[in-house]
Amino acid sequence: MRTPELAPNSGAHALRIVIVGHVDHGKSTLVGRLLHDTGSLPEGKFEQIQAICRRRGMPFEWAFLMDALQAERDQNITIDVSQIWFRSETRSYVIIDAPGHKEFLKNMVTGAASAGAALLLIAANEGVQEQSKRHAYLLSMLGVDQVIVLINKMDLVGYSESVFQEIEKEYRDFLEKLGIRPVRFIPVSAREGLNLVAPSTGPASWYTGPTLVRALDRLPIPSAEADGPLRFAVQDVYRFDERRIIAGRVESGTMRVGDSIVFSPNNKTSSVASIERWNAPLKDSASAGESVGLILTEPIFVERGHIGSHDTENPIEAKRFRARIFWMGDRPFSIGKRYNVKLLTQEIECQLVSVDRVIDATSLDTVSGLRLSVVKNEVAEVTIQTRSPLAMDNHDKVDTSGRFVVVDERDVAGGGIIFGGSYIERERIQSTNLFWSGGRIDQRIRTERNGHRGMVVWLTGLSGSGKSTLARALETNLFNRHMQVYVLDGDNVRHGLNANLGFSPDDRVENIRRVAEVAKLMADSGMIVITSLISPYRLDRSRARNVILSDDVEFVEVHVAAPLEVCERRDPKSLYKRARAGEIKDFTGIDAPYQEPENPEITIHTDRESVKESVGRLLDFLIPKLQLDLAEYEI
Amino acid sequence: MQPKYAHLDVLENQSIYILREAYRKFKRLAMLWSIGKDSCVMLWLLRKAFFGHVPIPCVHVDTSYKIPEMITFRDHLAKEWGIQLIVGQNRAVLDRGETFPNGRITRVECCSLLKKDALQTIIEEKNYQAVIVGIRRDEEGTRAKERYFSPRDKNFEWNFKDQPPELWDQFKTDFDPGTHIRIHPLLNWTEVNVWEYIHREGIPVVGLYFSRSGMRYRSLGCAPCTRPIQSDARNVPEIIDELRHTRVSERSTRAQDQETEDAFERLRASGYM
Repeated sequence: MRTPELAPNSGAHALRIVIVGHVDHGKSTLVGRLLHDTGSLPEGKFEQIQAICRRRGMPFEWAFLMDALQAERDQNITIDVSQIWFRSETRSYVIIDAPGHKEFLKNMVTGAASAGAALLLIAANEGVQEQSKRHAYLLSMLGVDQVIVLINKMDLVGYSESVFQEIEKEYRDFLEKLGIRPVRFIPVSAREGLNLVAPSTGPASWYTGPTLVRALDRLPIPSAEADGPLRFAVQDVYRFDERRIIAGRVESGTMRVGDSIVFSPNNKTSSVASIERWNAPLKDSASAGESVGLILTEPIFVERGHIGSHDTENPIEAKRFRARIFWMGDRPFSIGKRYNVKLLTQEIECQLVSVDRVIDATSLDTVSGLRLSVVKNEVAEVTIQTRSPLAMDNHDKVDTSGRFVVVDERDVAGGGIIFGGSYIERERIQSTNLFWSGGRIDQRIRTERNGHRGMVVWLTGLSGSGKSTLARALETNLFNRHMQVYVLDGDNVRHGLNANLGFSPDDRVENIRRVAEVAKLMADSGMIVITSLISPYRLDRSRARNVILSDDVEFVEVHVAAPLEVCERRDPKSLYKRARAGEIKDFTGIDAPYQEPENPEITIHTDRESVKESVGRLLDFLIPKLQLDLAEYEI
Repeated sequence: MQPKYAHLDVLENQSIYILREAYRKFKRLAMLWSIGKDSCVMLWLLRKAFFGHVPIPCVHVDTSYKIPEMITFRDHLAKEWGIQLIVGQNRAVLDRGETFPNGRITRVECCSLLKKDALQTIIEEKNYQAVIVGIRRDEEGTRAKERYFSPRDKNFEWNFKDQPPELWDQFKTDFDPGTHIRIHPLLNWTEVNVWEYIHREGIPVVGLYFSRSGMRYRSLGCAPCTRPIQSDARNVPEIIDELRHTRVSERSTRAQDQETEDAFERLRASGYM
């Protein structure tokens, strides 16, 4: 972050500060008092609150100044993010008062994500609480790295220096683990106005450091990174007049007229002919933060979501990445379900491939146990796979292109930062070439030849649910469409490839692993592979998904569902009868569990529809996904 | 020479970004033009975002109580800038005379009928998915809690207790059918910022804002409910100077806000701008 000079005299280049902390640690009181003590209150506001309090027969409540909404006055907690301006002697501030209540994480995130500095509030009489830690963790993820810690309510602990020091030590150790180095710790009493504007006196005179306002005045305002690698996010392409203007924002770095720009994801290159602005001084460059328009020298295909960079410093372009995320959605973030990832102006379908680590934000420990989803208010390290390539950066290299949100149905439900991605030299493709150079026969070429993509259709369900019947019917239908299709049947595989495996838990895992690996190879060669295995465990199926997606092959989980009674009645191989008689042990549905898929791509109820109907529904789902994605080709 | 006001660049770039997102995401989009200084700044920002063009219609909700000078100004600017102007009015209520103060209703009820209902009608008539509105967070407490992209349900209601998260300039732009979206590109501007920008860019505003015989309007509304303030500020720099030293809030001259403790809050929750 660079520190620009303050705009002289205007006082209007405001530093945005977010105030966070445990519920009831005194945030709203702090703000009310701060506004009053800096003389920033609108005329009559103090008197208005005084009158309200008198009318309600209660002592003066500083928090009312902030909590302008009726609902909050009644419940006495901050519901949403409020913003208020105040001015010190040297500059102005925007205060974002974020709610401390756990339910309101999304509001806190909304407030903190736009802040340049944070005040973390801890009540001296209660010490470090769960939310004090959780908020600090989120601040570190949101990229707020200027933190001042206020130990509030010092009046309630007799202004004790030792209480202050104990809390400081405990919290400093915690922040250290997050990589946060707080600017300083200040003992305050918001109610009494101690150390906000007025310095320590009397029993608190042991503190000789700066007051809050003085400490704030010394903080630089973070600014966009004009020195970083160029990332230009295309918002739209306009043709309002004879000009074709590529509108967008420079998210990082600086772009100049004459620069050669490569656009991800299709790697077309052109030079900047001019940088367009309306009613602005002519300038032949644009830096981070600027919303401008580009006119290019060549008419290459560019659209919303394309990311421009200099050829020497391209972003990572991949379909799979690792990230640290926080989840705000009511519905969990689950393996197998389809989401959209939004990164800069890119918006691409994605799915969660694995939950690598769920982190307890208050202890920073890994929450034990394998997980297939991340639930509300959790933070986790995950692997995400997108349907088509995403241009991105590691967050520690470029923050704006290293962060993203996840959209669940219509809601922004999670946010995350990317880490651990590797940068590779990219081959540039010339505008008319359809194939990558290098002579390798790759997926793209196979897809072109076959007229469809490779894919794995993974049928799971109880014995007798109709997997094999469905697999054969689907195979026949696709085959008749001149598609490359093959059924990998669990029973058949056990005669050959997996002849050495039994039905112990370990062997079952290995059985599925091998089938997944074989299916992946076949799909990579361009085939549509239909697997037909009971595959009763969620974890095994999610591993299979992971294996197959890792090779950039579409994975479609189909739950072939029929009630156990129906399957048992059908009993085509008399297996249920034998299991009931005790001749077969660990039989799925009888004395071994079947874990139904939580988010299958599609569910087929074989007890309610004919095979023909089932195949029809499957085709409706599969055919669009099998088709060539023309957008990936040259236009 | 005009001052540069470097801090305005940040605000301007952000607003342009939001306007372009709105234009891209909503095919049936309009801007609400109140003729006041804020919406004139927004009109200017539209021209910035779209390189001199105003590609969306501008809706003026005419209560018929607007100060006549505002209407003259509106028609002049619409013609000069090639704006597609759409005027909405609650004719039925006006014809029946059910307005403040003669119609025995309160100021807040009057606002609701003449502005909110008229807006709702025109949104339904024209089938707009989203409307750009020039409100700012520093105006008043409930506006401070707004989002850039703020949904209203079928009945126009604002659920301020459960708003979508907004972070890293990723906005919620996909909504249930029937939802109507307010887009607020000026949310982070302050009153002073607006005047500084008017100063820097030379944006025309209606003359009522400037002092005549010791009085000027700081906020413009309907004639019966808006009063001028005492001021000697006769030009933009003098207004900026005046605002930097005032401790009186901007909407204090708007009588409908002062009726009860939470008058404005209730007005907004039910769909007011």
